[in-house]
Amino acid sequence: MSDARDEGYDDFLDAVEDDEPYYLEGPDGDGSLPPKRIDPATGSQELTEQPLPETGEIETYTQTHVAAPDFADDAPFVVAVADFGPVSVTGQIRGMEPSDVEIGQEVQIGVDRTETTDERILVFEPV
Amino acid sequence: MTKFGASPERTARDLFAQAAGEAFDDSGLDPDAVEELFYGNFMGEFAETQGHQGPLMADAASVSAPATRIESACASSGVAVRYGVNHIRSGAADVVLVGGAERMKNLSTPEGTRALSAAADALYEVKAGVTFPGAYSLMANKYFDEFGGTREDLAHVAVKNHEHAVENDLAQFNRAISVEDVLEAPTVSAPFGLYDCSPMSDGAAAAVLVSEAFAEDHGMETDVKITGVGQASDSLALQDRVSIPETPAAVEAGETAYEDAGIEPSDVDVAEVHDCFTIAEVLALESLGFYEPGEAITAARDGETAIDGELPVNLSGGLKAKGHPVGATGCAQISELTKLLRGDHVNSDAVSDAEIGLTHNAGGTVASCVVHVLEEVDA
Repeated sequence: MSDARDEGYDDFLDAVEDDEPYYLEGPDGDGSLPPKRIDPATGSQELTEQPLPETGEIETYTQTHVAAPDFADDAPFVVAVADFGPVSVTGQIRGMEPSDVEIGQEVQIGVDRTETTDERILVFEPV
Repeated sequence: MTKFGASPERTARDLFAQAAGEAFDDSGLDPDAVEELFYGNFMGEFAETQGHQGPLMADAASVSAPATRIESACASSGVAVRYGVNHIRSGAADVVLVGGAERMKNLSTPEGTRALSAAADALYEVKAGVTFPGAYSLMANKYFDEFGGTREDLAHVAVKNHEHAVENDLAQFNRAISVEDVLEAPTVSAPFGLYDCSPMSDGAAAAVLVSEAFAEDHGMETDVKITGVGQASDSLALQDRVSIPETPAAVEAGETAYEDAGIEPSDVDVAEVHDCFTIAEVLALESLGFYEPGEAITAARDGETAIDGELPVNLSGGLKAKGHPVGATGCAQISELTKLLRGDHVNSDAVSDAEIGLTHNAGGTVASCVVHVLEEVDA
């Protein structure tokens, strides 16, 4: 796998690490995550960076036991989709017992590293 | 179609050649009648380091015609069938070979898991550790939260589809399982245990599609006709969807296919739907208009989709028991449904009055969906 950065995605992770996470807003106020050049809702190419709301809510989650090789030493782990209002984000749960994770729970976004590959990963922690 | 199952030493080109040969025999046509080939494959680069498979498969089938590989994850050969139908309808050809193949069992479970996850968003899902069963588990848990339902309800989907495959020689599993078997199986990604998941499989499927005029001119016995086609797309990543436990691409593909065929969901007598995971059958039945959202979860438990139910679903055994060589699955549904309607499937007797059938083939978490309506000719 290439070590090259994924522009947009890695910029987003940098911003989360710097405590300045953002999303891209279209002219009608809808949101998307980078890399994005065309607003999914309107087709407009006028996108502006807006601060991501500080907390989100877990929309759904799963505890994965059978993982791909890049996560072999991480398994079992909990993956969740969290709704931050204008956008939802996918990440792994940190700082909570898997049995305590619930839909509707409030979380904040962060960046951690995986056990297996030491790659950066988006994570959610309880507020 | 070939028998689905484990043949890890057989190459995809060998599997496809077998399926194509059977399709030629079934149609009574020779390879030189084919004017175009649309071939579906998903993970050839992972499994065999093989790209550029269109001409490779044309060669394997002894076809000298423009040949194109379609990659739409698990919907690859369903999409190939749609391309074939549209090609014929456009007047560009009278005879098209469609199909697909996949070799998966030469990969270890972790390698196969990695290959399958390529159907998800590589940045926001795969980098977060989302696997293919993981993605559908995210949908299942949200479904339970929004509409209710239990693991046991889902288990009945797997039990039913295994039951349907017991006599199907082409199926990977010919063995009945119990609800307890499903519930007690090792967890893959909660709430799914091993038996909530379709298996990794090797196999191929092919079909020769002909125009009505060609069939008439050549006195061919065409017992089944594709009368409706629909395809739609959705965001690849679940995080970008409005509602995680719903599959609007299937709704749209279904509506398009129904309109194309001039039928309503209630006209469908038998269906083959994409049950890559138990919840996927539930979502399919709701999206296709057979049930309201939130109401198909008990369909299998209540016997409504069983062989003797109101709407038999996955009489082939579905992906769950027939097997799921991903690039072959969409065309295999067409093959099995054709046999069910014309009467030479092992389960045909159960649907001897059936005139209209439907196939639903999905890619990823239904970011791709293609629906076909098949009708018995002169029914």
